[in-house]
Amino acid sequence: MMKRWQFSKRLLPLLAGLVLLLSACGREDLSTLNPQGSIAQSQFDLMKLSIGIMTGVVVIVFGLSLYVLVRYRRKPGDKSIPKQVEGSHKLEIIWTVIPIILLVILAVPTLKYVFAFAEDYSKDENAVKVKVTAHQYWWEFEYPEYKIRTAQDLVIPFGKKIAVELSTKDVLHSFWIPSLAGKMDTNRTDSLDKGNKNKMHFDAKEENVYRGKCAELCGPSHAYMDFKVKSVNQETFDAWVKEMQAPAKPFTGDAAVAEVFKQSCLSCHAVENEPKTAPNLKGIGSREAVAGILLNREKASESIDQAKIEDHLRKWIKETDDVKPGNKMGVIKLSDPELDQIVDYLANYKLDSLEKINSGIPNVGE
Amino acid sequence: MAHTAHTVKRYTGIMDWLTTVDHKKIGILYLLAGGLFFGIGGIEAILIRIQLIKPLNDLVSEQSFNELITMHGTTMIFLGVMPIIFALMNAIVPLQIGARDVAFPFLNSLGFWTFLFGGLLLNLSWIVGDVPDAGWTSYVPLANTEYSPHHGVDFYTIGLQISGLGTLLGGINFLVTIINMRAPGMTYMRMPMFTWASFITSALILFAFPAITVGLILLMFDRLFSGNFFNVALGGNPVLWQHIFWIFGHPEVYILILPAFGIISDVLSTFARKRLFGYSSMVFATILIGFLGFMVWAHHMFTVGLGPVANALFSIATMLIAVPTGIKIFNWIFTLWGGSIKFTAANLYAIGFIPTFVMGGVTGVMLASAPANFQFHDTYFVVAHFHYVIVGGLVLGLFSGLHFWWPKMFGRTLYEGLGKATFWMFFIGFQLTFFVQHFLGLIGMPRRVATYLPNQGFDTMNMISTVGAIMMGIGTLMFLWNIFITSRQPKNASADPWEDGRTLEWTIPSPPPEYNFKQTPLVRGYDAWWKEKMDGNKEMTPAEPLASIHMPSPTILPFFMSVGLFIAGFGFMYGRDPFDNAILGFLFNNYIVSIIGLGITFGCMFLRSVNDDPGYHIEVEELEDKGGRG
Amino acid sequence: MSAHGHHVEGEWPHQPENATLEGRNKVLGFWLFLGGEAVLFGTLFATFLALRDQVGDGPTAAELFKLPIVGAATLILLVSSLTSVFAVQALHQNKVKDLIKWLIVTVLLGFSFLGLEIYEFVEYIHHGHNFTTSAFSTAFYTLVGFHGAHVAFGVLWITLLIIQVKKKGLNLVTAPKVYVSAIYWHFIDVVWVFIFTVVYLMGRVV
Repeated sequence: MMKRWQFSKRLLPLLAGLVLLLSACGREDLSTLNPQGSIAQSQFDLMKLSIGIMTGVVVIVFGLSLYVLVRYRRKPGDKSIPKQVEGSHKLEIIWTVIPIILLVILAVPTLKYVFAFAEDYSKDENAVKVKVTAHQYWWEFEYPEYKIRTAQDLVIPFGKKIAVELSTKDVLHSFWIPSLAGKMDTNRTDSLDKGNKNKMHFDAKEENVYRGKCAELCGPSHAYMDFKVKSVNQETFDAWVKEMQAPAKPFTGDAAVAEVFKQSCLSCHAVENEPKTAPNLKGIGSREAVAGILLNREKASESIDQAKIEDHLRKWIKETDDVKPGNKMGVIKLSDPELDQIVDYLANYKLDSLEKINSGIPNVGE
Repeated sequence: MAHTAHTVKRYTGIMDWLTTVDHKKIGILYLLAGGLFFGIGGIEAILIRIQLIKPLNDLVSEQSFNELITMHGTTMIFLGVMPIIFALMNAIVPLQIGARDVAFPFLNSLGFWTFLFGGLLLNLSWIVGDVPDAGWTSYVPLANTEYSPHHGVDFYTIGLQISGLGTLLGGINFLVTIINMRAPGMTYMRMPMFTWASFITSALILFAFPAITVGLILLMFDRLFSGNFFNVALGGNPVLWQHIFWIFGHPEVYILILPAFGIISDVLSTFARKRLFGYSSMVFATILIGFLGFMVWAHHMFTVGLGPVANALFSIATMLIAVPTGIKIFNWIFTLWGGSIKFTAANLYAIGFIPTFVMGGVTGVMLASAPANFQFHDTYFVVAHFHYVIVGGLVLGLFSGLHFWWPKMFGRTLYEGLGKATFWMFFIGFQLTFFVQHFLGLIGMPRRVATYLPNQGFDTMNMISTVGAIMMGIGTLMFLWNIFITSRQPKNASADPWEDGRTLEWTIPSPPPEYNFKQTPLVRGYDAWWKEKMDGNKEMTPAEPLASIHMPSPTILPFFMSVGLFIAGFGFMYGRDPFDNAILGFLFNNYIVSIIGLGITFGCMFLRSVNDDPGYHIEVEELEDKGGRG
Repeated sequence: MSAHGHHVEGEWPHQPENATLEGRNKVLGFWLFLGGEAVLFGTLFATFLALRDQVGDGPTAAELFKLPIVGAATLILLVSSLTSVFAVQALHQNKVKDLIKWLIVTVLLGFSFLGLEIYEFVEYIHHGHNFTTSAFSTAFYTLVGFHGAHVAFGVLWITLLIIQVKKKGLNLVTAPKVYVSAIYWHFIDVVWVFIFTVVYLMGRVV
């Protein structure tokens, strides 16, 4: 047993190195190995513990296997018969008991976090409540306390608990922000909006923009069902709420095109906070991406590119089925001037509160 | 008794294969059909990997990608690896227990043909153009008619029901064979590990497959007859499907891996010239794994929202499986310890299995921890995990078993040099493909995505993964080439071609005569043949005098019963479709096609019931002519 | 057919179904098959229990179920189980005539059960309880219908066996067939007891 311990002692630096390697992996706004909130941090701690234990197991098994293979290989022409061993109770007890001990070490924090993550913050006064509704292939975010509703960009204040309630309007999806929290499925509710609505909570520790993804196969455009989490300071968040509550920006183009916009777009979309079947457009010119997938900037340290917003809106309206096959928007017939004016209106529908964060967060993700 | 009155037709050529009830020939049929589907599933895998070789690739459309992943998973699990497991079980288990045949030769044949026609029906979806696209798990509502309105998922529900019936029959057959048909002295605790593993796997099949059958029937009723099991609007419950699917789906994993455990145990002990270390704890661990396998299904559903209590319980239960699995791993290593290890191709695969499977095992324990699982679930980490278990575990095990028993099945030994080269090509390819996928998942890549954006850190690892997949494809082609060139060699394998054989299959000629054992052997201990060799005996002691042997007659009925189910399946699938052609419309819309199909099946059952099979006898003179031991 | 004339040569064995290896295989295999069937019905029961309250706009279980008819069906099926026990006793005593008599009674009882069930279903459909009405109705017809299909298969199977025994006599090939059909019949009887409890009694009460 003493020897075994010596062996493991030599392993420790190796394990430490591996953990270091892991923490250097991936984008900090996307990777589970680069946690940016308390939930993802706990999950990462648990992962480090389990990876540590498991690396130990793997190294022991690999080492033993290699030793056996080298030491006991058959020499050419060897006709000898090795001793036929039936087994060894002592050894068998060792390799039954040690794994059990290792599992207990892993099981204790597992149980702790299972219950911690299931805590309900939906009644907590200090938490920001968000109702997340998944659709093929976009995300709807409703803030019942503030009576506002947005899509694709989830704006949250950092340092605060976000209490999320999840459901879906069509097929199953799964709500995942790798660098902030693990995923939860969005289940269907019945016609009375009753059903297994999942609850989860998370927080972010600083100002940044995080990438969120759908993690449950939901149709052809499953890969494109991304969203963003914009984590801002409390003042910005309050200002953003105010702006969202204010009446929508009036259409900027001709009266005729305004009518087209109303008929063709607002039949499904909303610029106010009412529920509609398609994503809310309020402040779409301040969003990180068009349709969640056409990125207006590559990372939060850059500023959002106005030309990209316009290009992406144009592309989305004209080639919606290429961007997200199977989505419900369909082809909207617009003349060139109509398209120009609508794109112009949407691309310039900005929210002042987000101007600062949209012009690039210094020293983030470098 | 006067037996000479019967003259039974013994067919040749294609009719021989269509009518055979000989377990060794059925094993070869399973191998051929399983190999065919394995190839189709492999091509699908390579297309998936080529699509993902770079960001925003557009080799296939998003819809086709979903079809590819669905068919890859479904084909590989149900139609690729399971039939190859059945091939080895058929070819080897009766020989290992000293039996002349399986308990139900007719059902054995029926099981094969229903599997084949179910698999053909499923794959016909590619030709029809309506391909299943809701994932191999076919979660509702995505798999409902509302979101998957074409016939794709119908091919899935009906094809899998038909092929699942065959699997269930196979399971029952092997349970009864192993319980009732063992040679004198072959007690349970003297059975070779592969037989034990087949036994437990068959029991798991018996209790797991009816669950998925019900699930598929419910989904079929919803889709074809407007049922409401999963229709939320009228009170249905989509999570119910997930429970039913995984109550089957998790035992299925053990159905797949246990036979590989058995193969590895037999191969390692043979080529180490050493008795399997801790045989009784191996048996116990196998049973325990099988039992626990039914207790852990909800670990596939941690993110569904079953609540913390359920998640905690299923986390702990899942972790427990690591204990018996660990026992097995160390028993294998200590089987090699002190042995005289010969590195044949079969043994290379078996040795490669150990570290690879350990990798799959430890990631399994990591996944078992529910809070961390919230991060791992439905990412490439999971894809890496289960491919380490199923490819690194099962497929390496199958390659090992095929190299090991090829001479017994076909009388020819596969080329060793080419076999070893194949191993390295496949093994390195495998590690390249799947090792990086752990990290892809951890840095945020979900599974089942048709493509991904650039600048997310995914590009290099996906590229490596694709290169690895192509190497695995080349490895598989090398194996086929080995089979091809071997088949041109003379059939000269001896009864015990590895010279270190330990179990009964190595006491009879390669390939064995249709009756396997001229005289049923008397088993005097574990590793029955090895014991006789060590005692200086050249052959087994017979347990009976030489006498004529009764054989079951070949029959075409199982083939037609399966054809009937195939036709009926089509009938149900198109029962409510509008047809331009009035005759077709009449036949399908009144379910006449289904009735004809079921009529053929039940008609054949009727014939089978009323016509007793007299079988035929192989007389002593014939036995003495050709039954010599190798 | 001399190969199958064993019983002529010797004593009629105490358990003719287990007298040959084929017979033993058949009986064991059939028990295992019923194990699989138990999982099948177990899954259907679980499904029904999960969905039994989801009646939507359709009638509820308490409004629909009339216990007298179902009670009569239960009694019929229980009696038929008893008559199939008598049939197996006759089988063990090599009394072909008694065997056939009791099998015929069993089949007739099976047919009357089916008749009642069809009558019951027609009634329900008149009350607006169709297969597609609600999750409850779909689950109800699937569970009870699966059982009904098993009964229908059973009566056809036993009828076929009656003809075979008449034609070929009772021997070591036909005896295991009759025996397993009796196990099957008991099994579907047991399933019915569960259906009666879980679907009908609980539907009326809980």
